Amino acid sequence: MEGIARIGRYTIDLTEQMGRMMVFVLSSFAWLTRPPFRVYQIVKQLNFIGYKSTFVVVLTAVFTGMVLALQGHYTLRKFGSEAVLGSAVALSIIRELGPVLAALMVTARAGSAMTAEIGIMRITEQIDALDTMAINPLQYLIGPKLVASLIAVPLLVALFDVVGIYGGYVVGVQLLNGNEGAYWSSIESAVEWKDVYGGMLKSISFGLLISWVCCYKGFHTKHSAEGLGTATTEAVVLSAVLILVWDYFLTSVLL
Amino acid sequence: MIKLVGVEKTLGKQPVLRGVDLTIPTGKLTTIIGRSGEGKSVLLKHIIGLMQPDRGEVWIDGTNIARLKGQALNEVRKKFAMLFQGAALFDSMTVFENVAFPLREKLRLKGEIVTRRVEEKLEQVGLKGMGHKFPAELSGGMRKRAGLARALVMEPEIILFDEPTTGLDPLMAKAIHDLIVAMQQQFKFTAVMVSHEIPEIFGISDYVAMLKHGRIAEMAPSNEFVKTTDEEIREFIFVAGTVVPKGLPTASL
Repeated sequence: MEGIARIGRYTIDLTEQMGRMMVFVLSSFAWLTRPPFRVYQIVKQLNFIGYKSTFVVVLTAVFTGMVLALQGHYTLRKFGSEAVLGSAVALSIIRELGPVLAALMVTARAGSAMTAEIGIMRITEQIDALDTMAINPLQYLIGPKLVASLIAVPLLVALFDVVGIYGGYVVGVQLLNGNEGAYWSSIESAVEWKDVYGGMLKSISFGLLISWVCCYKGFHTKHSAEGLGTATTEAVVLSAVLILVWDYFLTSVLL
Repeated sequence: MIKLVGVEKTLGKQPVLRGVDLTIPTGKLTTIIGRSGEGKSVLLKHIIGLMQPDRGEVWIDGTNIARLKGQALNEVRKKFAMLFQGAALFDSMTVFENVAFPLREKLRLKGEIVTRRVEEKLEQVGLKGMGHKFPAELSGGMRKRAGLARALVMEPEIILFDEPTTGLDPLMAKAIHDLIVAMQQQFKFTAVMVSHEIPEIFGISDYVAMLKHGRIAEMAPSNEFVKTTDEEIREFIFVAGTVVPKGLPTASL
């Protein structure tokens, strides 16, 4: 009996938490439609989430493309299909690895920092200070991060795709002496608009997921250093898990 | 006028406020005292709408804010400023930017007028020339002064002070008290202060209220308050020795 009660309590808590998260994100978007419009804050967040994540995303993309080409080359050689290496690398990156890995990198670099920043503001009463000045924290703090993340993550994914394909080119063509023409032409013939569209759709939804989860966890940090640490860990883990689960769901719908 | 009627609040499973009835006079300095954990800061947060009561009413100049949210609550909050226990300065901004923040964000002021008003306030709180520093570079007392400058810059009708001298040495605490009194007398705002600084607060407050067991046990002008016959309150206020109420001779247990 106690076990059933515990499951019931857990279910109620989970439903309540999900409801709160939904209200949080909807309220933040609603506040964004009211003046004053926080253009400067959005640009600042674009710099933080987007520009400052460029290096880590490029680095991840180069090595992802390179290792894909390396593995692909040795696998495809068994079937005498080295000519389709370009399309194998490009499709893997554009449809799956680009959006997922770029989103995980943004979560690790910018998402955790978002949670920590907002959490510290909560603990040190800076968010309460905004409230007392009649400045809505959802409008001033959260909204710009949501918008910036929605813009920055697809751009980073596009960058990941391009750099990853070039990484594959360096290994598949330059190092392993593959056919350059075959590499590019197989990409041209295999990659369709719906592949790019699907990848971009994923990246937009991942952008929203990252800022939503990380901002929510920071905003509801408990008032202690331990609480801040827990919130940051939860934000990163939950974002990463949701990215992977949502990726599976979207892939099954888009295929 | 600020008026609380039957305010009740439970945090977790712990009842904190159990029916607070309190009227705070306009244009005066009222200090709320009480033992640690009695809910003084919680009470202050109800006055500015950072917390909502489970039951009861919080009236600010004829508006009950107990159930107000969003824009309607923000309209009432325009009358307020608050100095937090840790000053709550934005640590990514300089002192100047912190003080300028409400002017730029709320009044949409820019340029020379912002500079003039911010520098004027910084000078009033004794932080002239410190505008370029970040909060992390300031001492506790300087942070409180910067917080006070930010609270004053919008010239609010009501300022709430949440333990403004906690963690400061006696000289710095006295300097902050003197500053609050000087500013209150100059700008005539309604001041509500939560403090543990007994007996000092009796020398600066117009009214003193004591929160005990979740209710206001006593509320009176500070010179009347010291005459209370409640033994528990007497023990609390005279524990540090002599009390000198505002405008009256020394009182002791």
